[in-house]
Amino acid sequence: MNLTMTPEETKAVPGAPAEKSPPAPQRFENKPAPAPATPASRPVAALAVKNLSVFFGKHQVLKNVSINIEARAVTAIIGPSGCGKSTFLRSLNRMHELVATARMEGDIRLFDQDIYGKDVEPVIVRRRVGMVFQKSNPFPTMTIGENVTVGLRLNGVRNRAVLAEQTEKSLRMAALWDEVKDRLNAPAVSLSGGQQQRLCIARALAVQPEVLLMDEPASALDPLATSKIEDLIRELRKDYTIVIVTHNMQQAARASDHTAFFYLGELVEFGPTSQIFTNPKQKRTEDYVTGRFG
Amino acid sequence: MTVSSTNHVWRKAKSLAMNGLCVGCAVLVILPLGLILFYLIQKGASSLNWDFFSGVPKSPGTVGGGMGNAIVGTLELLALASFVGVPVGVLGGVYLAEYGGERLNNWIRFWADVLNGVPSIVWGMVAYALVVLPMKHFSAWAGGLALGFIMIPLVLRTTEEVLVLVPRSYREAALALGLPQWKTIVRIVLPTALRGIITGILLAMGRVAGETAPLLFTAFGNSNWNRHLAEPIAALPLQIFNYAISPYDDWNRQAWAGALVLVAMTFCLSLGVRFFSGGRFQKNT
Repeated sequence: MNLTMTPEETKAVPGAPAEKSPPAPQRFENKPAPAPATPASRPVAALAVKNLSVFFGKHQVLKNVSINIEARAVTAIIGPSGCGKSTFLRSLNRMHELVATARMEGDIRLFDQDIYGKDVEPVIVRRRVGMVFQKSNPFPTMTIGENVTVGLRLNGVRNRAVLAEQTEKSLRMAALWDEVKDRLNAPAVSLSGGQQQRLCIARALAVQPEVLLMDEPASALDPLATSKIEDLIRELRKDYTIVIVTHNMQQAARASDHTAFFYLGELVEFGPTSQIFTNPKQKRTEDYVTGRFG
Repeated sequence: MTVSSTNHVWRKAKSLAMNGLCVGCAVLVILPLGLILFYLIQKGASSLNWDFFSGVPKSPGTVGGGMGNAIVGTLELLALASFVGVPVGVLGGVYLAEYGGERLNNWIRFWADVLNGVPSIVWGMVAYALVVLPMKHFSAWAGGLALGFIMIPLVLRTTEEVLVLVPRSYREAALALGLPQWKTIVRIVLPTALRGIITGILLAMGRVAGETAPLLFTAFGNSNWNRHLAEPIAALPLQIFNYAISPYDDWNRQAWAGALVLVAMTFCLSLGVRFFSGGRFQKNT
């Protein structure tokens, strides 16, 4: 299996007291029942994170996190505010480096390639690992169509046919095509909040990344727009590896295949979503998903 | 607990008094502007005619002639000043907002603010030393350089301020698409802040358009059309100065008209500022 545990990870004894155990991601092989969402065929790790620690100045935000993120599946990251969810997500495409004092230790491999290798440019990593943010942020100086193709155009794609094709394809994938196909030349800020967020997803998809990171993509949206985004996430899973940070427990339960629970910078528990929400192994996970704290 | 009615009356009276004070102060601020405009129009409008805009000064004591050379000269000097002030100011502002360490930036900001406070005649002396002395004569180049020096800190600071106002999220979105930082700045951040930057440039131009002191021994003034930028050039503020202190009635009248034209020019720049900072297409920034 690709998802075998590393020695460091297996140090967590399943029966140990919940409060003191180090990060203990669950092995997929340990699943008592077959996970309904995951295909039975062997899962591929799109991102293999090993012993990841992230510091901002002297403050350690992530503590020795190890996790394997399955390809073509949705992995949800949950946890209370300040637990390091967003930092974890940003370390996956090196966006945390925008903070000058940020420092990381450990190893992250994208399809077996070290994304923190000496000769690896953050720019290249970010082309392969796209990102959608909490607040929709279409570029206000550009039209809807220009927003979709901006990543391609500014990376040197000039061919109009290619751009037009990619515009339609990306907008269709983002479930926005039918709503905007007649006004691609309208300013992007003329769209509603939910549409803007789907436009941002289309923009991220247009550069054809391998992994899509989503940082609370629906937290600023109304329920209808939220459900559209969730449908979209389930749909995108067929082609993309998705990692989504969410504060919304129902959203994690509805839209993800695997769920990781972070608390105070540690990975407390990682496993199939159904298990995390119905039969968590750690008491802290249970307390959190049942709303007793957080 | 009941609300005392005397208390209520007293409170209303206080509110009314403070309101009156604020309105009075606002009127005091606007009144001089109105008086100046009124006086300028009363004194100067009668001298505005085709000759004034197209002609050059006639010999002292003779009636007629105009300030066409000075109006064009001021525009030329503004263009020259922008060639110096805009690139340095905008690129410096980009550096402050997007690159640069905090300590270095604080120093640059501090010195920019100090430069901003340097009396404008000092900039005239700097341009005199740098251009006039080596060339051995006054020139438009020297005048433009002096005004450009004054523009640099103004453009620098406003550029920085509007760039900082561009939300972080746009930069992050661009970087997350795999764009390098310079492309993010040139293609995303600068266009978003363009209106603000243009506003800052126009404000700086409006500021230097009326400068007289730095032109005294750089551009020097010219009673004829400027044929070459290496020659002395006329400028409205200089011409107004010379005409206003002259003993001839006609020149005094023309000085009023020149002042009216100068105010109209800066007014147009302010209109441009309003146009560019108004925001038609985009909502934020």
